Amino acid sequence: MSWAHVGTVILAAFLASLVEFVEALTIVFAVGTTRGWRSALIGAGAGALFLTVLTLAVGPALQRIPLASLQLVVGALLLLFGMRWLRKAILRAGGVIGLHDEAAIYAKQTAALARHRGGTPPPPLRAPLDRVSLATSFKAVTLEGLEVIFIVIATGAGGLLAPAAVGAALAGSLVILAGLGLRRPVARVPENTLKFAVGVLLSAFGVFWVGEGRGFPWPGEDLALLGLVAGFTVVALLAVAAVRRSPPQALAVRPARQA
Amino acid sequence: MNAVAAALRELWGLFVEDASLTLGILVCLVIAAFAFPALGLRDAWRGPLLFVLLALVLLENARRSARP
Repeated sequence: MSWAHVGTVILAAFLASLVEFVEALTIVFAVGTTRGWRSALIGAGAGALFLTVLTLAVGPALQRIPLASLQLVVGALLLLFGMRWLRKAILRAGGVIGLHDEAAIYAKQTAALARHRGGTPPPPLRAPLDRVSLATSFKAVTLEGLEVIFIVIATGAGGLLAPAAVGAALAGSLVILAGLGLRRPVARVPENTLKFAVGVLLSAFGVFWVGEGRGFPWPGEDLALLGLVAGFTVVALLAVAAVRRSPPQALAVRPARQA
Repeated sequence: MNAVAAALRELWGLFVEDASLTLGILVCLVIAAFAFPALGLRDAWRGPLLFVLLALVLLENARRSARP
């Protein structure tokens, strides 16, 4: 196992998890500031606990699956996941769909949650638990966290779960620290550039794992991963150029959906 | 029950957004699994060729998605 491979695993897990943690933090902040921090933090904590239990339950089972089968299945899922991200990043870079705006999502969530409260200020810390806050925070942390778990398993599928987990843990720590420091959502992340890079990395891992799972001998062995990253980067940049050359009437920017 | 259905929908959405892209990827994987060996393609070419097929699917999908 080369350092290039380990480094690519850490980088892919770090960048992909960073995006997911930022999205979860935005929603937890929106809940906390509009409906009170107690329920928001308990909901987020319950989500994290659920994910921990799930990881402890499923993790050992994964180790019993033969490596080739695991690489094949994970590679296929990673291709579906990574190329979906890459397609969206290409369309955003080409101006076909609107950019993902964390500040706008925060404002929308805040307004919706405030409407639900009837405009009353956030309750004090010792107020009774609020079901809407609990459910919203729990759902955000659980869904984004499931994506992080999938990313860690998928990028670390070749016996590199520990480096992948380190990459995700670094991303989580960075986002939590940034959130605590800024006391507002992390809106200045160049999200589409990140998603473009992550889409490239995850797609490259997907092809690599499928090949490994099918027993294809890669030219250059592990170094082929870097070649695939370069290949997907070139293809994605060509796709952005092709999208930008599309007739102007095609580029009426469609609103962005989340993720 | 609604919450479970919503969670399943979200999970499905992680992997499937544009049906034609999903189908294109799956067709590439089936070709790699069954057609490459049947065609007697040299082992060393199978991985790179899978990449080329997927790259073509992505390019075509992006161009088509940008059309009016």
